[in-house]
Amino acid sequence: MNPPMSMQNETSPSVEPVIRCDSVYKIFGDNAGSMLKKSHGIVDAAKFQEAGCIVGVNNASFDIHAGELLIIMGLSGSGKSTLLRCISRLTDATAGKIFIEGEDILTMNNKQLIELRRNKMGMVFQNFALLPHKTVLENIAFPLQVKGVSTQESVNRAKEMVDLVSLTGRENYFPRQLSGGQQQRVGIARSLVIEPDIWFLDEPFSALDPLIRKEMQDEFLRLQSVLHKTILFVTHDFDEALRLADRIAIMKDGIIEQLDTPANIVLNPATEYVRKFTEEVPREKVLKIESVMDEFDPTESMSDLKVQKDAIIETVAEVILNSSKPVTVIDELGHTVGVINASKIVHVLFGSHSNQKSEKLS
Amino acid sequence: MIRLFMQRKYLQFILLLVVFILLNQWIAPSETSFLWRLPPLIQAFPLFINDSISYLMFEWWPIEIYDPEIEEFEQKPLVSQFTRGISSIILFLIEFIRELMLGGVKTIVTFSSWDWATANPWARWPGLPWTVVAGGAAILGYSLGGRSLAILAGFSTSYIAVFGQWEPSMQTLSFVLVAAPVSVALGLTFGVWGFRNKRVEAVLNPLLNMAQIVPHFSYLIPVMVFFGIGDHAGAIATVIFATPPMVRLTLLGLKKLPPEVAESGVMSGCNNWQLLTKVLIPTARRDILIGVNQVIMQCLAMVVLASLIGAKGLGIDLLIALNRLRIGVAIEIGVCIVLIAIVLDRLSLAWANKQTDYFADLTFTQRNKYPLMFGAVFVIGIIFAYIGKFIFPEGFNYLYLVPHGKGISTAQFWQDGVDWIWDTFFYSLKGFNEWLIIEVLMPVKASYLAMPVAATFALAMGVGLIVGGIRTALTVGGFLLFIALTEWWDRALITAYLMSVSVIISGFTGIVIGTLCAQHPVSTRFILTYCDTFQTFPSFIYLIPVMMLFGVTDTSVLIAIVVYATIPALRYTVEGLLSVPEPLQDAGTMSGVSRLQRWLSIELPMSFPHIALGINQTVVFALSMVIIGAMIGTDDLGQLILGSLSDRNGVGDGLILGICVACIGLAIDQILRTWANQRKQALGLN
Repeated sequence: MNPPMSMQNETSPSVEPVIRCDSVYKIFGDNAGSMLKKSHGIVDAAKFQEAGCIVGVNNASFDIHAGELLIIMGLSGSGKSTLLRCISRLTDATAGKIFIEGEDILTMNNKQLIELRRNKMGMVFQNFALLPHKTVLENIAFPLQVKGVSTQESVNRAKEMVDLVSLTGRENYFPRQLSGGQQQRVGIARSLVIEPDIWFLDEPFSALDPLIRKEMQDEFLRLQSVLHKTILFVTHDFDEALRLADRIAIMKDGIIEQLDTPANIVLNPATEYVRKFTEEVPREKVLKIESVMDEFDPTESMSDLKVQKDAIIETVAEVILNSSKPVTVIDELGHTVGVINASKIVHVLFGSHSNQKSEKLS
Repeated sequence: MIRLFMQRKYLQFILLLVVFILLNQWIAPSETSFLWRLPPLIQAFPLFINDSISYLMFEWWPIEIYDPEIEEFEQKPLVSQFTRGISSIILFLIEFIRELMLGGVKTIVTFSSWDWATANPWARWPGLPWTVVAGGAAILGYSLGGRSLAILAGFSTSYIAVFGQWEPSMQTLSFVLVAAPVSVALGLTFGVWGFRNKRVEAVLNPLLNMAQIVPHFSYLIPVMVFFGIGDHAGAIATVIFATPPMVRLTLLGLKKLPPEVAESGVMSGCNNWQLLTKVLIPTARRDILIGVNQVIMQCLAMVVLASLIGAKGLGIDLLIALNRLRIGVAIEIGVCIVLIAIVLDRLSLAWANKQTDYFADLTFTQRNKYPLMFGAVFVIGIIFAYIGKFIFPEGFNYLYLVPHGKGISTAQFWQDGVDWIWDTFFYSLKGFNEWLIIEVLMPVKASYLAMPVAATFALAMGVGLIVGGIRTALTVGGFLLFIALTEWWDRALITAYLMSVSVIISGFTGIVIGTLCAQHPVSTRFILTYCDTFQTFPSFIYLIPVMMLFGVTDTSVLIAIVVYATIPALRYTVEGLLSVPEPLQDAGTMSGVSRLQRWLSIELPMSFPHIALGINQTVVFALSMVIIGAMIGTDDLGQLILGSLSDRNGVGDGLILGICVACIGLAIDQILRTWANQRKQALGLN
C-alpha cells in the first residue's frame, strides 16, 4: 500500500521553494494548544472532538516552487480553506512553521505581515469581497492606495489591470451593476495590481454559473501563461483541479491524502478516497502521452508518425488508433523518448482501472 | 406520572396557579410578616447615593482654578469643574446654531464683547430668513429622496414658519443638531470598540439592555445635579439616551459584514485603522446610518423631558399648554413636533438607503447642482426679505421671520372642536370613564395590592422556572427582590397593574388586527405605514387627545398607553405572519387546510417567537408610557419619579426608582425572551 502522502519534487531541490509548510497544525478550540502538545504530533480527530476541539489541518508539510500552480482540493470540511488561511496568516496556525521566501511568517509581527501583504501577496475570494461603495477602478486601485501610492499613479496602474482582465469600458461601474463573472474579474485585477509574487485563490469560481466558470478558467490559464505567478488555488471541483493544476493536493479531514501531478493521481491513486475521485475521470482528457508510453525498442518497426510526449491523449488518440504500427514519441527537441501503440491507448481508455490488472496486461 | 407532568407545560402552569391562589388565601396582610411584604432593607440606599454625589460634586479633589473676575486662585472640586467645562462647550455650540438660524448679534461677536457690537451695527449678522431655510430643506429633500421628499420637507418648514412657531422650532432644532452628532460620535466609538474587543462587548450588552428599559426620567436628576439646568443639561440627557441605539446598531452592522470583506481588506495590506475607516465602516454604512436615524428620533422623543431641566423650545411650550388644558395650542405645537420628527426621519432614512453614484464625468454645474440651487435660493430669499422690509415697514417682516404667536393659528378652531366634543359626548364619556374605573380598573388594582409578596414571587419565579429553568427563575427573582427591598413595593404593584392591563389589551388588539391586516397585501402595506408614522410621534403626543376626553384619571393613562403600545404588537404580528416560509404554506394548501386551520396550526405557531418579541416591545413601550402618564397624575412609581425631579435631594430616590421600573421590565423581558428563543430553537428557525 502506498503511504497516505506522496510527494514528488519536480524541480531540482537546490532551488528554494517559495512557500514551505513544515508540520502545520490548525486546531480550533480553547485548549487546542495544550491538547496538541500532549499528543506529540499524533492527532486523533475523534479524541480531539471529545475534548471540544475541531481539527482543521493535521500535519501538513509540502513545498510550492516558483511559477508552480498548486491546487488544494477537498470537500467541505476537509480543511482546504483553513490551510490557505494559515498560509496567508488570516488565521494563526496552532503549530508548525510556514516559510514564505525563506522567512517563517508565524514569527512575524503585524508590521512585517502588512509589508508582506502589500508587496508580495494577492488574494481572490469566493464571494468576490468587493467594496460596494467604490467603482471598479477604485476597487482595483485600493491595494495601491493602502500602500500610499499617489492617486494618479494608482489609477494608471488600475487602468492597465482593467485591460488585462478585459473589463475596458466598465471602469466607472459599481459592483452592484456587474454580473458575477465580471465582479470576479475585478477581484482578480485587484489581487494582481501590486504585482505580487504569490497569488492565493479561495474557490474563486465556485460562486459562478457552470458556463461562466469554464470561461473564467480559460481566462485564468491565459493569465498564468503570461504572468507565471506562484499560485495556491483552493477548490472543491476535481475536474477544475485536473484542468488547471501543475500539482494537486487532495485533503480529507485535515490530512493531505496525496500530493502529486494530475496524471500521477489519476494513474496511481494513493488511497481509497483518492481512487473514488479518479474513477470517473475521463482519462483521455487528463493524461499525457508520456504517462502511458512504453520503452523505445529500436528493433520494432515503427510507423512514420510522431507525437509529442506532452500531448494530451485525447488530441492524438485518433491518429494512434488508426496506425497499425507503434508510433514514436518525441520531446520538444525532437529526440525519441518512447513508443505508444494502439492497444495501450485502448487499455488506458477502456480497460479496468485497478493497479494490479494494468500491470498484468501491459 | 411525574414524567408526564414534566413534559406537559400546561399541567405545570395549572399547578402554579393553584399554588398562587392558595398563597393569596392563606397569607393575610400584616405589618410584621415577611410573607406579606419584605422589609425595606435598601431604604438607606438613596440617601447614600445622595451623599456620595454631593461629595463628588462639591468636595472631592479640589484643584486650583484661576478666576478672572476676582483675579485670584480658588479651590474648586475637580468633578464640578470638569462638568461645568463640558456644559459650556455644549451650550456654546447650541447657542451658535441658534444664532445662525434665528439671527442675532452674537454670531460674529462671540469672541468679542457686547459693547463692541452695539457700537458697530454693521457687525450684526441676521439669521437666515425662513424662506431660505424652507428652500434649503426642500433642496436637501430632493437630493436625498426625489420630489416627494422635497415637497414634504419644504411644506413642513413653511408650515412651521407660517403658523408662528419658527423661533421655538429653531430652538428645538438647534438642540437636536448638537445632541445628535455627539451621540453618533460616541455611539460609533463604543460600537467599534465593542466590535474589536469581545470583553468590552460583554460589558456593553447588559448596559445597553438596561439603558433601553430604565425610564428617561431617571437620567434627568443626576444630570441636573452634575450639569445644572439649561439647554446644555437637556442636550446631555438626550445624548445619554440617544447613544445606546447607536452603539447597538453599529455593533450589529459591523457584525453583519461577511467575513470575506474584512479578509480582503487585510489581504490588501490594510493596517487596523485603514481596515476600519476604509473597509468596515463604509461597507456597514446602511446599518450605521439607520443608527443615526434612531439617534435623531430619540432626540426628538426627549424634547418634552429635556424641557423639564431647562431646554428651551417647543417642549416647554407644549408642557405649559397641556398644564393649562389649552388643547388647541397643544395640538398645534404637537403637529410641529411631529412634522419635524417625520421630516428628519424620512431624510435620514433616505440618506441611509442612498446608493453612491459616480459623478467625476459630469460638468461643473451638474456636479455641484445642489449647492448651486441652494445658492440661488439663498439669494432670492434675501431679496424677498429685503423687499419685505418695505412692504411691512412698521410691523413684523413676515418674509423674514414670523414671530412667535403672530402667525396663522388654528388653535381656536381646535379648542372649539374640543369644547364641542366635550359638550356633546360629556355624559357618554363620563359614563364610560366611570364604568371603566369602578368596574375594571379599581378592582384589578385592589387585587394586585392584596397580593402577598410571597405569592408574587412564587408566581413570577414559577413562570420563570417553567419557561426557562432554574437560571431564569433566579434572574427574575433577583430583579423582583431589588424592588421588594425598597420602600416602594406597593407603588411598583400599581405600576405593574397599569402596565399589565394595557399590555393585555394592546397585545390582544395588536395580534387580532395584525392577523386581519396580514391577509391582504393592501391592508398589510397600510398597517405597516400606519405603524411607521405613529412610531415617529414622540410618545407624550398621545396624552393630548386622551386628556381632552377623559381628564386626569387612570383611564386617560390606560388609553394613551394602549394606543402607543399597540404599535409594536401590530407590527411584529404582521411581520411574523408574513415571514412564515413559503414551502410550509404550500404544504398546508396541498393538505387542504381551511383558513382557520391554517392560522391556528401553521401561521401562529411559526410566527410565535417573533410575536413574543413584539409583546416584549409592547411591555417596554407600555412601561415608558406609564412614567409619562405620571404627568397626568397617577399614584405609582412614575409619580414619585416626577416628584423627585423637583426635589434637590431627589437624586438617590430618582435613580433607585428608575432602577425599580427597569427591574419590572427586565424581569418580563427575561421570561419572554427565553420563551421566544426556546420556541425558535424547537422550530428550527435559528
